[in-house]
Amino acid sequence: MSASAVTKSPRRRRPLREGVFRVSLYACLGVGVVFLAVLLAYIVVTGWDRLDSRLWQNFPSIQIPETAGAQSAIMGTIWVLGFTALYCVPTGVMAAIYLEEYADRNRWYNRLIELNIQNLAAVPSIVYGILGLGILARGLGFGFTVLTAALTLSLLVLPVVIISGREAIRAVPDSIRQGSYALGATKWQTIWRQVLPQAIPGMATGSILALSRAIGEAAPLLLLGGLAFVTFNPAGVFSPFTVLPIQIFNWISRPQEEFRILASAAIVVLLVLLLAMNSVAIWLRNRYQKRW
Amino acid sequence: MSHSAPTPRVDDREVPSLVDPVFELADLTVYYDDYAAVRDVTMDVGRTQITAMIGPSGCGKSTVLRCFNRMNDLIAGARVTGKVSYHGEDLYAEEVDPIEVRRRVGMVFQKPNPFPKSIYENVAYGPRVNRMRPANMDDLVEEALSAAALWDEVKDVLKKNALTLSGGQQQRLCIARAISVKPEAILMDEPCSALDPIATAKIEDLMHDLAREYTIIIVTHNMQQAARVSDRTAFFTAEVDEEGLRHGRLVEYDVTSKIFTKPGDSRTEDYITGRFG
Ligand SMILES: Nc1ncnc2c1ncn2[C@@H]1O[C@H](COP(=O)(O)OP(=O)(O)O)[C@@H](O)[C@H]1O
Ligand SMILES: [Mg+2]
Repeated sequence: MSASAVTKSPRRRRPLREGVFRVSLYACLGVGVVFLAVLLAYIVVTGWDRLDSRLWQNFPSIQIPETAGAQSAIMGTIWVLGFTALYCVPTGVMAAIYLEEYADRNRWYNRLIELNIQNLAAVPSIVYGILGLGILARGLGFGFTVLTAALTLSLLVLPVVIISGREAIRAVPDSIRQGSYALGATKWQTIWRQVLPQAIPGMATGSILALSRAIGEAAPLLLLGGLAFVTFNPAGVFSPFTVLPIQIFNWISRPQEEFRILASAAIVVLLVLLLAMNSVAIWLRNRYQKRW
Repeated sequence: MSHSAPTPRVDDREVPSLVDPVFELADLTVYYDDYAAVRDVTMDVGRTQITAMIGPSGCGKSTVLRCFNRMNDLIAGARVTGKVSYHGEDLYAEEVDPIEVRRRVGMVFQKPNPFPKSIYENVAYGPRVNRMRPANMDDLVEEALSAAALWDEVKDVLKKNALTLSGGQQQRLCIARAISVKPEAILMDEPCSALDPIATAKIEDLMHDLAREYTIIIVTHNMQQAARVSDRTAFFTAEVDEEGLRHGRLVEYDVTSKIFTKPGDSRTEDYITGRFG
């Protein structure tokens, strides 16, 4: 090929093609960003009048939208999410450790477990709601409580926690394990002192992202008696509860305009919680970037 | 680069005869599943000597090396037949705890692999996991780093992450880490292959010093290095069987000066003069 063929011929075509490609990339990106921005702006504008302390100081009310608040839903969300984290993070991390460090991949049951976890991550959340209703609420008699909700949501996000935990463990290079073993460390010591400390940021990031999926779930909780009208905060794991998504759902289905405004305000609160969690996840990821 | 036979290590230290070998291999064969990676190796390793294992890549040097501290146990499907003795005791006997073996027989890897922790923690890790509880950990860390000729360079930055060190420093840190648990022997698998010539020279000097106290087995693809540092050299090669599989085999094992000046096998001679492959 002559030099002119290299330098000239593509130069004639490139600007147009590349330009078109670029523009379409921006367009695709734009659809997502603009849509999100419009949605956020719409919600903030709509809910602006009710974005004040009434929202978290007052309890819901049927008759008087002016004084109605979402305190019980906010507290319910915090309770349910807290216990979800308490159940699913240790379980998920342990399962991830087993699968990565102990499981013999040649055994059929380990392969089956792996396959199942992949599939469970794709099961619609309402199915978990039915499971929670049938087994936890009715079968085990936990009733429509924070406990049932938290356990159900734990099952829902557990596959994601396990999968991200495994990725975090796998990201720890084998040379680190070998270095540890070569010094006479046991498997236990190697996992606890070398592998886990380095996998924790990744696991935390994955867990937070999994929990931020749980925070927005309404479908399974609707089945679990996330009663819309709860005028008290949860007092324990056996308390009835409501959560923000359900409260929002309920308000939106009311005819009065005031309740719609209230719903928008509650959505803003939910989004702020979500963004806060995701920022922590991003911060963790950047803070502990892989260093090897 | 010309491949004239390298000059053997000149040493006023008399090469001791192997009356009391630290390790003895007898008909050692190592399998990965059904594949015999290296077959029928018989050799012994002298106390406070440097024993080099050389040979073309894939001939099973690393595989044999990992038998001395049972690191092969960590590879699924790896198994050995024949005998590996450590001071006359069968290393692969039922009652032997591989963890204990690895405490006594340290290992340094091809690519420096410091833990992503502080320099101090890298060295203190071994004593901690072995519950050595030294009277003063700081002293132990200093001792190990000094023995690895690293103390002067890092004494003011002990809290710094080990990954900020240069490659050569990292490898010496790994040697310090191995020394920290007071092993008897140190295995080195191509410890300089990722390093520049200056860092390599430092490690070679260091090995010389360490050999006063430690038994060292080094795998190297660098014949000059084997000639420079070792007392004895084992030359391995790979033989191709009827099915086309390559099996490692120990061709010749002798005092280093002899291997490099009067090799007893033509294959050894071909290899060290660069006529090989
Ligand atoms: N973990 C392993 N699993 C399966 N085969 C291996 C493994 N490690 C090494 N081998 C095989 O064993 C043979 C010897 O390898 P190795 O001991 O690494 O040689 P060397 O260190 O002399 O280059 C090679 O054919 C290699 O493919
Ligand atoms: Mg090797």
